[in-house]
Amino acid sequence: MRHVDNVIKQSLAGLRAMLVLTVLFGVLYPAAVWGVGQVAGRDQAAGSLVSSGTRVVGSSLIGQQWQGDEWFHGRPSASDYAGDTSGGTNLGPGADLEAEVAKRVGAAGLDPSTAPADALTASGSGLDPHITPAYAVAQVERVAAARGLDVTRVRALVEEHSQDRIAGFLGQPRVDVLELNLALARLSAPSAG
Amino acid sequence: MSDTVSGLLTIAVLVAALAAVHVPLGSWMARVFTDTRDWRVERLVYRLCRVDPASEQRWSTYAVAVLGFSVVGVVLLFALIALQGVLPFARGASMNLDTALNTAVSFVTNTNWQSYAGESGTSPLVQTLGLTVQNFVSPAVGLAVAVALVRGLARSSGAEIGNFWVDLVRGSLRVLLPLAVVGAVVLLLGGVIQNLTAPTEVTTLSGGSQVVQGGLVASQEAIKELGTNGGGYFNANSAHPFENPNAITNLVEIFLLLVIPFSLPRTYGILVGDRRQGWAVLGFMATLWGLMVAAVTWAEVSAASGPLGGLEGKEVRFGVWPSALFAASTTGTSTGAVNSMHESYSPLGGGGALVHMLLGEVSPGGVGSGLYGALLLAMLTVFISGLMVGRTPELLGKQIGRREITLVALALLVMPALVLVFTGIGMVAPLVSSQMLASGPHGLTEVMYAYASAANNNGSAFAGFSADTPYTNLTLALCMFLGRFVPIVLVLALAGSLVAQRRRPANAGTLPTHTPTFAGLFVGVAIIVTGLTFFPALALGPLAEALS
Repeated sequence: MRHVDNVIKQSLAGLRAMLVLTVLFGVLYPAAVWGVGQVAGRDQAAGSLVSSGTRVVGSSLIGQQWQGDEWFHGRPSASDYAGDTSGGTNLGPGADLEAEVAKRVGAAGLDPSTAPADALTASGSGLDPHITPAYAVAQVERVAAARGLDVTRVRALVEEHSQDRIAGFLGQPRVDVLELNLALARLSAPSAG
Repeated sequence: MSDTVSGLLTIAVLVAALAAVHVPLGSWMARVFTDTRDWRVERLVYRLCRVDPASEQRWSTYAVAVLGFSVVGVVLLFALIALQGVLPFARGASMNLDTALNTAVSFVTNTNWQSYAGESGTSPLVQTLGLTVQNFVSPAVGLAVAVALVRGLARSSGAEIGNFWVDLVRGSLRVLLPLAVVGAVVLLLGGVIQNLTAPTEVTTLSGGSQVVQGGLVASQEAIKELGTNGGGYFNANSAHPFENPNAITNLVEIFLLLVIPFSLPRTYGILVGDRRQGWAVLGFMATLWGLMVAAVTWAEVSAASGPLGGLEGKEVRFGVWPSALFAASTTGTSTGAVNSMHESYSPLGGGGALVHMLLGEVSPGGVGSGLYGALLLAMLTVFISGLMVGRTPELLGKQIGRREITLVALALLVMPALVLVFTGIGMVAPLVSSQMLASGPHGLTEVMYAYASAANNNGSAFAGFSADTPYTNLTLALCMFLGRFVPIVLVLALAGSLVAQRRRPANAGTLPTHTPTFAGLFVGVAIIVTGLTFFPALALGPLAEALS
C-alpha cells in the first residue's frame, strides 16, 4: 500500500505541476514574446506582408504560384504553393524523381542541359520564396517579350533584386520572386491581360 | 565566394559561438542544480504543487515522480488534442484518436514525431497550451535525470539523488526559459511570425489566391530547438519560411539545438569536482558530431555536382552546406527539426542522418539525455577497457560492478531492440509496407528511419512514409514511450546504486577517464557497438542504394 500511496501522491503533484507550468510556459511566455513583437518587430511578427497599393498581395517570405509569361516564376512546388499545406515531394534520387524532373522541364520550357538546378527541383517547404539569380536571368527574355519591355531594363531589374549571401558568407545568392514581380508590375502593366 | 568557403565559414562561426557560450552556460547549470536557495517564484510554484523542495528522494521515488509527471502529461495533452474541436480557436483542426495518442506521447517523450500536418492537425490552442508547454518540460525531465545520475557519481555513501520537482522547476525556469525568451526574440526580429491572426486568404498579383498563415510561432520555434524537441508549427518544419526565414535564423536555430547538450559536459565536470572529466565527454561528443557533419556534408556536396544540384527538398536561401549542417546536428541531438527533406537526400547523406541517430544520440544528444547516454557509454568503455588490461572497472571512484554493468547494458540495448524488431515486422507486414513511398533499399531506409527516429526520441522523418495509420501510430508511440522511459528508469536505478557506494580515492591501478586516450576509446566503443548492431540492416538499406 505504501507504494501505491507514493504513486498517487507523486502523480497528483505531477498534475498540479503540469497546470502551474502550463500557465507559465503556455500563456505568459508566448504572451511576453508577442508583446515584444508588437513593440519591436510588428512587420516581422505579422508575417512580412507586402502590398501593392493598399492591397496585401502576399508575404515576401512565402513563395507564390505565378501563371503566365509576363511574370517571373518560382521553383517547382510539391503543393503548388498552397499556403495551408507545406512540404516537399520527398522523392529520393531515382526513376520517380527523374520522371518528375522531366515534367518540370516541359512545364518551364527550359533546356535541361543548361537549366539552373533550382528550376528543376522542388523545395522542402513547397513555399520557397526565392530563386537563384541564374534562374531569374534565364527568364528575362521571356518576361521582357511578354511585356514589350526592353531586355536590358528587365535584366537591370533582376540585378537590382539579386541579394548576395548575408554578411557575404551566410546562405546563398538569391532573388525574392514576389518582390521582383512587384517591381516589374510597377514598371509596366502586362501587355497580355 | 564559393559554396565551400561559405559553408566552412558558417561551420566556423557556429563552433566559435558554441565554444564561447558553453563555458558560462555550463557553469550556470552547475550552479542552478546545486543552489541551496529557491527563487521566490519557485517557492510559489512548490506551494501550488504542494511539494517540499527541501526533502530529497531515493532513486525509486525520483523515478515514480518522473513517470507520474510524464503520464499525467500524456493524458492532459491527449485530452486537449481530442477535445480541440469543441474548445476555442478550433479553426477546423482535427486529429484521429490514434494520431492524437501518438502526438501526445511524442511531445512528452521529447521526440516530436509528427504524424499530422501542423497546419490542419492542431489548433492554435493545442500548439500553445499543449505543445509549447511540453517543449519546455520534456527537456527539463531529461536534464533532471542527467543531473540525478551525476549526483550518483559525485556523492559518496548516500541514499538520495535529489528532488525531481526541484530539478524540473529549476531546469525549466532558470535554464530553458531565459534562453528561450532571447532565442524567440532574435528569431522574431529575423522574420519568424508571432501573431494571433487566423490564416487569411490574399489575392496575388497574378490574380490567384493564397492562404497566409498566422500563429504564435516564434515562441514555439525557439524552445523547439533549444529543448531539442523538433516538432514543427507547420508541416514543413524549419524548412517553412515562417519558421526559418533566412540564413541567419538558420544558424541561430542550429546553435540553439546544440548549445545545452554541448554545455552539459562542463556542468558534469564541475559537479563531480574534476573539470577534466567534462573535457573528455565533450571531446567524445564533439568528435562524433564533427565526423557526422563531415560525412553528411561530403555526401550532399558530392551529389550536388549533378544537374539537380542536390536541391530537391532544399531551400534556395540555405543551399547544400547549411542544409547538411542542420541535418547532421538535428539527428545527433534528438531534435528532429528539419530545414530540408531528408528523404530527398543522396543515399549516403540520408543514410548518414540515420546512422547519426543510431549512434544513440550522444553527439551531443538531447537535453540531458545526451549526457546520461554518454555516461552510460563511458561506463561501458571503463568496463571493456578494465577487462582488457585487468584493472577494476571504476568511474570517478565508483566501481562498475555486476549490478551497474547490467543496468548499463540493458539501458543501451533498449533502442536497438526496438528499432530492429519493429523495422523487421514492418518489412513483412503489409500494414507497413503499403505505406512506403519508395520500394527496394530506399523503402527499407524509410521504415528503419521511422522506428530509429521514434526509439531514439528524435522525431525527424523520411517524410514520404505515410505514418498516419493506426498500426504505425500505435507502434511508433510504443517505441517512443519505451525508448524514453525504460532507459530513464534504468539510469535512475544506476544512480541509486552508484550513490550508495563510497567514492574510492584513485590509486596506481585506476584507469584515468580524463585523458585523450580514454576519449579515443570512448569514441571507438560508441562506433563499434553501433556498427555491430546495425551494420547488416544498414548494408541492405542506404549502402545497397548507394552502390546500385
